[in-house]
Amino acid sequence: MNKTVNQKAWFFVLPVLILVAFNAIVPLMTVVNYSVQETFGDNVFFWAGITWFEDVLRSSRFHDAMGRQLFFTFTILAIEVPLGVIIALAMPRKGIWVSVCLVLMAMPLLIPWNVVGAMWNIFGLPEIGLLGKTLNTIGFDYNYTRQPGDAWFTLIMMDVWHWTSLVVLLAYAGLVSIPDAYYQAAKIDGASSWAIFRYIQLPKMKRVLTIAILLRFMDSFNIYTEPSVLTGGGPGNSTTLLSIDLVKIALGQFDLGPAAAMSLIYFLVILLMSWIFYTVMTRNEEQ
Amino acid sequence: MKRVSWLIPTVYIVFLMLPIYWLVSMSFKTTNEILGSFTLWPQNFTLDNYRVIFTDPTWYMGYVNSITYVTINTVLSVAVALPAAYAFSRYRFLGDKHLFFWLLTNRMAPAAVFALPFFQLYSAIGIFDTHLAVALAHTLFNIPLAVWILEGFMSGVPKQLDETAYVDGYSFPAFFVKIFIPTIAAGIGVAAFFCFMFSWVELLLAKTLTAVEAKPIAATMTKTASSSGYELGLLAAAGTLTIIPGAIVIWFVRNYIAKGFALGRV
Repeated sequence: MNKTVNQKAWFFVLPVLILVAFNAIVPLMTVVNYSVQETFGDNVFFWAGITWFEDVLRSSRFHDAMGRQLFFTFTILAIEVPLGVIIALAMPRKGIWVSVCLVLMAMPLLIPWNVVGAMWNIFGLPEIGLLGKTLNTIGFDYNYTRQPGDAWFTLIMMDVWHWTSLVVLLAYAGLVSIPDAYYQAAKIDGASSWAIFRYIQLPKMKRVLTIAILLRFMDSFNIYTEPSVLTGGGPGNSTTLLSIDLVKIALGQFDLGPAAAMSLIYFLVILLMSWIFYTVMTRNEEQ
Repeated sequence: MKRVSWLIPTVYIVFLMLPIYWLVSMSFKTTNEILGSFTLWPQNFTLDNYRVIFTDPTWYMGYVNSITYVTINTVLSVAVALPAAYAFSRYRFLGDKHLFFWLLTNRMAPAAVFALPFFQLYSAIGIFDTHLAVALAHTLFNIPLAVWILEGFMSGVPKQLDETAYVDGYSFPAFFVKIFIPTIAAGIGVAAFFCFMFSWVELLLAKTLTAVEAKPIAATMTKTASSSGYELGLLAAAGTLTIIPGAIVIWFVRNYIAKGFALGRV
């Protein structure tokens, strides 16, 4: 659509700008403030320059948390996106089953995050949880509170359970927007179902999938409540993701300086990756 | 092929329902039964857990608080996002693209980073422990999302609609309220759904910004878990009740979700 240039449009944007700026800029400045100062309590602060940033960037604790975070994010993306597309392709297109599927599938999305964590915590307990008990009965030595591998398995299962539906909903919306005429044309040409997927369905889903990946990337990088309720970052530090580590430093040890520096580095990483993604996305659109 | 395509969503839905079933079934068990033995369904069916929640104000007020701030947040986010999304979809102005991306960056801000500064900010302006505080804090990630979704829907509406209305003698506010908003009702439904969803499920900020008066149900649950031992049945009942408002909302917007996404660019 060709848009007209109109500087008065700023007035329409103003309420949003004021509200978001109030919420974003003041707290962000507070964090920046902490990140360059040293305190010994009693609200006495000293200028610390970039010491905290250097410390955080050199600390193996931060590298480990970042490594675990990247592993988590890319694993769940690699599972949720293809799985979501497969389910969306197999869903009915008409009739009451559409509503039934959509309502049931959307349910995990609307459960408060700590309830999700608590639900999986109980579900996986080896003695009284359905998952834990079943796995142990059929011969696996499964205990997610003791074994790091099991903790990771549970964590990833939980996220797949929680968020695959978002990908399904978005991919499904992309699929139903394809006019029937496309399929009829493909049928006349004798196209295989793979060809239909590759040349009709996938291009139509490209935009919604980009949004799905972007949302899942941002949210999985920020994930805090569910793993903190499920495993609390344990056993040991094996499932301590970035947010959990951050809260441990900021509120557990009250090391505000390092926590603030870590926050900013963390935020910049998300920002940078999302910006790259956003740019690629909008460039594709222009073509 | 037909049989397989019926099987995949079914298996997926069963997988989704299993943990929910476990929670619901546990809410009807006594704590002794939960801890004492492994039972697939409640042997001594009891409603005691629910009775506790509906008679104790610290429990049921948690629900009232959560629903209050979620509603304020949804109304506020959609109301301010509407004109902004209109501006982004219809006009070009100085810094529009940068502004749009800056809004999105707030969607990326980790709540863990902002929890402490938020606490200090809202304490300083004296609205700590009010519904408004949580509703305002949640606009940080809901307004960008609402603008993003609505902008997509509005861009799908041809500009001729606006021009025809002006020719017919509508003023801008009359056009916006009487013609434009009904046209993008599906988009508003989807945006409101997402605002409701993200505000309802968020806990970290909601917990940090409240103490007693506006404490969300989810926070009541975590505090009970640590203070009164391990009352799993009660927790399960409280958890089950948190699923219900979401399920009701999905039921109302189910048609918008399928159609709505398809109409908009989202």
